[in-house]
Amino acid sequence: MAAQGRIVWVSGPAVRADGMSDAKMYETVTVGNSKLVGEVIRLTGDVAFIQVYESTSGLKPGEPVVGTGNPLSVLLGPGIIGQLYDGIQRPLRELSKASGSFIGRGITTTAVDMTKKYHFVPTVSNGDEVAAGNIIGTVQETDLIEHSIMVPPDHAGGKLSNLVSEGDYDLETVLATTEKDGQSIPLKMYHKWPVRKPRPYNKRYDPTVPLLTGQRVIDTFFPIAKGGTGSIPGAFGTGKTVTLHQIAKWADSQVVVYIGCGERGNEMTEVLVEFPHLKDPRSGKPLMDRTVLVANTSNMPVAAREASIYTGVTIAEYYRDMGKDVVLVADSTSRWAESLREMSGRLEEMPAEEGYPSYLASRLAEFYERAGRVRATGSPDRDGSVTLIGAVSPSGGDFTEPVTTHTMRFIKTFWALDAKLAYSRHYPSINWMNSYSGYLADIAKWWSENISEDWFNIRSETYGILQREDTLKEIVRLLGPEALPDEEKLILEVARMVKIALLQQNSFDDVDTYCSPEKQFKLMKLLVDFYNKGQQALKEGASLSDIRGLDVVSSILKARMDIKDDEMPKLDQLDKDMQEQFKSITGVKVSN
Amino acid sequence: MTTEGGVQYSKIAEIKGPLVVVDDVENAAFDELVEIETTEGERRLGKVLEVGNGKAIVQVFEGTTGLSISGTKAKFVGKVMEMAVSKEVLGRVFDGLGRPKDGLPDPIADKFIDINGEPMNPEQREYPKDFIQTGVSVIDGLMTLVRGQKLPIFSGSGMSHNLLAAQIARQASVVGTTDDFAVVFAAIGVQYSEAEYFRRSLEESGALKRSVLFLNTADDPAIERIITPRVALTVAEYLAFELGMHVLVVITDMTNYAEALREISAAREEVPGRKGYPGYLYTDLSTLYERAGKLNGRKGSVTQVPILSMPSDDITHPIPDLTGYITEGQIVVGRDLFRQGVYPPINILMSLSRLMKDGIGEGSTRADHSEVANQVYDAYSRSQEVRALAGIVGKAGLTEIDLKYMDVGDTFEKEFLTQATDENRTIEETLTLLWKIVSKLPKNEITKIKDKYVEQYYKEE
Repeated sequence: MAAQGRIVWVSGPAVRADGMSDAKMYETVTVGNSKLVGEVIRLTGDVAFIQVYESTSGLKPGEPVVGTGNPLSVLLGPGIIGQLYDGIQRPLRELSKASGSFIGRGITTTAVDMTKKYHFVPTVSNGDEVAAGNIIGTVQETDLIEHSIMVPPDHAGGKLSNLVSEGDYDLETVLATTEKDGQSIPLKMYHKWPVRKPRPYNKRYDPTVPLLTGQRVIDTFFPIAKGGTGSIPGAFGTGKTVTLHQIAKWADSQVVVYIGCGERGNEMTEVLVEFPHLKDPRSGKPLMDRTVLVANTSNMPVAAREASIYTGVTIAEYYRDMGKDVVLVADSTSRWAESLREMSGRLEEMPAEEGYPSYLASRLAEFYERAGRVRATGSPDRDGSVTLIGAVSPSGGDFTEPVTTHTMRFIKTFWALDAKLAYSRHYPSINWMNSYSGYLADIAKWWSENISEDWFNIRSETYGILQREDTLKEIVRLLGPEALPDEEKLILEVARMVKIALLQQNSFDDVDTYCSPEKQFKLMKLLVDFYNKGQQALKEGASLSDIRGLDVVSSILKARMDIKDDEMPKLDQLDKDMQEQFKSITGVKVSN
Repeated sequence: MTTEGGVQYSKIAEIKGPLVVVDDVENAAFDELVEIETTEGERRLGKVLEVGNGKAIVQVFEGTTGLSISGTKAKFVGKVMEMAVSKEVLGRVFDGLGRPKDGLPDPIADKFIDINGEPMNPEQREYPKDFIQTGVSVIDGLMTLVRGQKLPIFSGSGMSHNLLAAQIARQASVVGTTDDFAVVFAAIGVQYSEAEYFRRSLEESGALKRSVLFLNTADDPAIERIITPRVALTVAEYLAFELGMHVLVVITDMTNYAEALREISAAREEVPGRKGYPGYLYTDLSTLYERAGKLNGRKGSVTQVPILSMPSDDITHPIPDLTGYITEGQIVVGRDLFRQGVYPPINILMSLSRLMKDGIGEGSTRADHSEVANQVYDAYSRSQEVRALAGIVGKAGLTEIDLKYMDVGDTFEKEFLTQATDENRTIEETLTLLWKIVSKLPKNEITKIKDKYVEQYYKEE
C-alpha cells in the first residue's frame, strides 16, 4: 500500500508531508503536482520528512505526495557504460531531449535504453541449478566491456528453464526463468539494486596488486592498491581535478566511474568531450568505452548530490561482481558532506563540528568500506575490485577541518596537495613529505616481480635524498646555500633534479601524461646513479660546478618528455652517457 | 486574511531583521514573489523562504524599516520573481531589483524570465576554448581568459581591481571575429563613485550602448543584493543564448553579496558554517557562478569576471575560498605589488586560469605559448625564493645563477607586468615579452620548453 499524503511545509530541498504513516524510511516518493523525485529521511507520527532531488521552487502546501514503495535504486544492466547520469541515475542526454539546454523538473526517463538489442551468449543450460550471483551469459556492452548477465544477488535461485538461445535481445526480454518451490521467476538482462545497500560478495582479499595510474609520484612514491582507498585533499587551484582526471584516464582498471559531486559543469563537459578521443594505452580503444560519469554539478539540487555518491558506488560494485577492476573517483566528497550538513540543518539536528552532523564520520566510513578486492558470489569464480578515490576540498586549505580529518581515519593512501607547490607550478602538487601510502609494503612484491628486484631499495634511496633535502633546506633558509659543504650541496642539486625529472609531470604533454612502470623505474634509477656518481666524483676531486655543468643534466631533466614509453633503450643510453661524462670531469676511470 | 477588490491580503505576525512572518497563508508557494504594502501605501517586494502550517517566512528585499505589524499587508503574487527582458535593455541603467534607474520607462518586454535560472545541463554545455584577448599582458600571457569562463578577481580594499576590470571590459575582444558583444555590469553594495567610474569608463570607450548596468550602491537596501546578480545574469543569459551575443558580466563586489546572505541566515537562526556564513554558501554562490558558459548549438556566451575584496587580504576567508572552488581560476591582486605602484598588481603565482590550456596554442595564440608561460612561472617563482634568501644572507651570499633569477624577477615586473591602463597589447607583443624574460636565463635552466621552440625564439642578449 503506497503512502498518499499532502505537503504541509516547504523550505528549500526539504519538505514535510502528513498522511504518510505507510511510508518507509528511505522510500522514494513523488512530490507535488509536478511529480518531483524525493526520498523519505525521517518519520514522526504520520509526518514524513522528505529530501527532494529537484528544485522545489513553486511547490505549495496541500500538493500531493505519493510513495513508490521502493527505496532509491539504480538500474543495473548493459548500456550504463559511456553514460552521463545525474545524481539519481537519470541520463542527462535524455533530460536534454525533454527540457533542452537547461535541466527541467519532474522528467521521468529510464537509465539505459531498454529497447537496444544486445547479442546474448548463454553460458549455462536449461536444467542447471543457478544461485544468486551466477553468470548465465554475456553480452558485449562496448568494445572494451564484456558484460556478464548475473542472477541478481537477492534472487532465490533455482532450476533454470526457458533459456533463450544465442541471439539479439533487448533488456526487457525474459532470458530464462528459474523454478523453485513451484515459483517461477523471470531473469532479464537487468535488475535493480538499492543504492544505500552494499552488494554482497563471497570473501575479501588483501589488496596486494598496485593500481597503476601512469603518474610517477603516485605509482612510485605513494601507490594505491586495487581495492584500496585513497584521498586527495587540497585547496583550490592545487590541481585536484587534473590529478583525478589523470587517474580516470590512465588507471589500469577495466571500468572507471567518475562522480562529479557538487563541482563545475565545465569539468564534466571536458571529460565528455575529451574521453571519446583519448585512447586507452593498453587496448587502444576510446576511454569512454570503459567510463561512466555521474554528474551532479554544484548548482544542481543539493539532495541529489548526496545520492550521487551511492549511485556511483553501486554501479562500481555491479561491474566488480563481473570480475572487473573498477576505479571510482569522487570529486568532491566535501561537497557531499556539505549536502549532508544542509539537510541536517533543515532537520534541525544538533550539529557537531563546523555545523556538520554527528554522523558524518560514520557515513564516510560506510562509503570507504565499500572498496575492496573480492571474490564475487556465485559461479564461475571471479575476482574483482572497487578502488575508491575521494577528493576533499578543505575550507581554506586547512587539513584539520572535519571532512579531511575524518576521511584520513578511513583511507590508506593520502595524497596531500600543497598550495605552495602549485603556486610555483610544480604539478602534480602532491607534497612528498606530507603524503603517505599504507600499501607500499604490500605492493613492493609486485614491483620486484614485474619490474626490478631493486625497486624497493632504489625507491628508498630516492626518497632518502628528498628527506635529506627537506632538513638541509632549513639550514639554507637561515644561512644561505654557501654554508653547506659540497656533498650536501649535491643533495640539494639532485633533489632539484628529482623534483623536475620525476615528481613533476605535465598532464598536457603528449608523452609525459602517461609514464609506464618501466620508465618510472629507469628514470628513478638514472637519478640515483647520478647522485652516487656525483658523490664519488666529488671525492675524486671534481667540483660541484663541474657536475652541474655536465651536458647530460638537461637531457636527464627533459627525459620524461623526450623519451617515449617504447624507447627504453634511449634511457639506458642516457645512463651510459652520464657515466662517460662523469669520467671526463674526474679524469680517472670510474668503475661501475 | 482580508480581501480588497478581489485581491487577497494576509496579515503580518512577526517582523525580525529582513524577514516578516505572514499569517493565515493559504495558497503560497516556496520561492513565490510577495508584495508588501505599508500603511503609507509604499510597496516593497519579497520572496517566500519557507511555507507551511499556515505561515510563510518572507524575505523583504528593501528591508523592514518602517513596517508595522498592524498596518502592513502582504500579497502573494502567484509567480516567482521575473525579469522583463528584450533587446531594449541595452544601454539602460537599472536598480538592484531590475527597475529602471535612468528616468526612462520600463523597456518593452520580449519575455519574462525567472531570475533564478535553471542549471545548465552539463551534457549540453560547449567546452569553452575561444581565446579572449584582453590586451593586458599578464592575463593574456599567463592566465588566459576564454569565452564562457568564470574568472574572478580576488582583491583587497583600496586596490586597483576596478581599473583592471574596466580595462578588461573596454579592451576584451576575440581576434578575428566580428560577433556581437555586450557588457553586463552589476554593482553590489559598492560606493557610488566606483559604480560611476565604471559607467564613465564604458561611456568614454563608446561601449555604453552595448551595456546594461544594475546598480545597488552602498546606501541601497542590503537584502536587495541577493537579487542584483540574479537579475543581471538573467539578462546576460537572455542576450547570450536568445540573441546570440557574447556577454561579459562584471560583478562587484561579491563580498557584499555574501554578507547579505549571512544576514538572512542569521535572522532565520540557521546553524552557521565558517565565520557565521551559512553552510549553503558554496551551493548558493555556485547558482551564480555556474551561470557562465556556452551551450551547444547556440551562438552566444556568458563570461563572468566577478570581483571580490578579501577581508584582511585573506585568501582562506570563506568567500574567496568557496569562490575559488567554483570558478575556473582566479586573478589575485597583490598588496606588495600595489604598494610598489605596479599596475596591474597581479600576483601571478597565486593566480591561475583553468581553461587556459585549451584556449591557447596553435591555431589560437601560438604553439609555444603554454611552454613559455610555464617556464616564466617557474622562473618568477625561483626569483621570489632568491629574493627572500637575499633578504637574509645579502646579495653577496648568492650564487651567479641566483643573481640571474633576481634579474628575471625585476624584468618581469618592470617590463612585462607593468602596463598603462589604456595600453592594449596584442598577444604577439605579449609572447615576445615572455621570451625576453626567458632569454635572460642560461639555456640549461630551460627545462619546460621543447628544444625546437628554444631554437626558434630564444635570443641571448
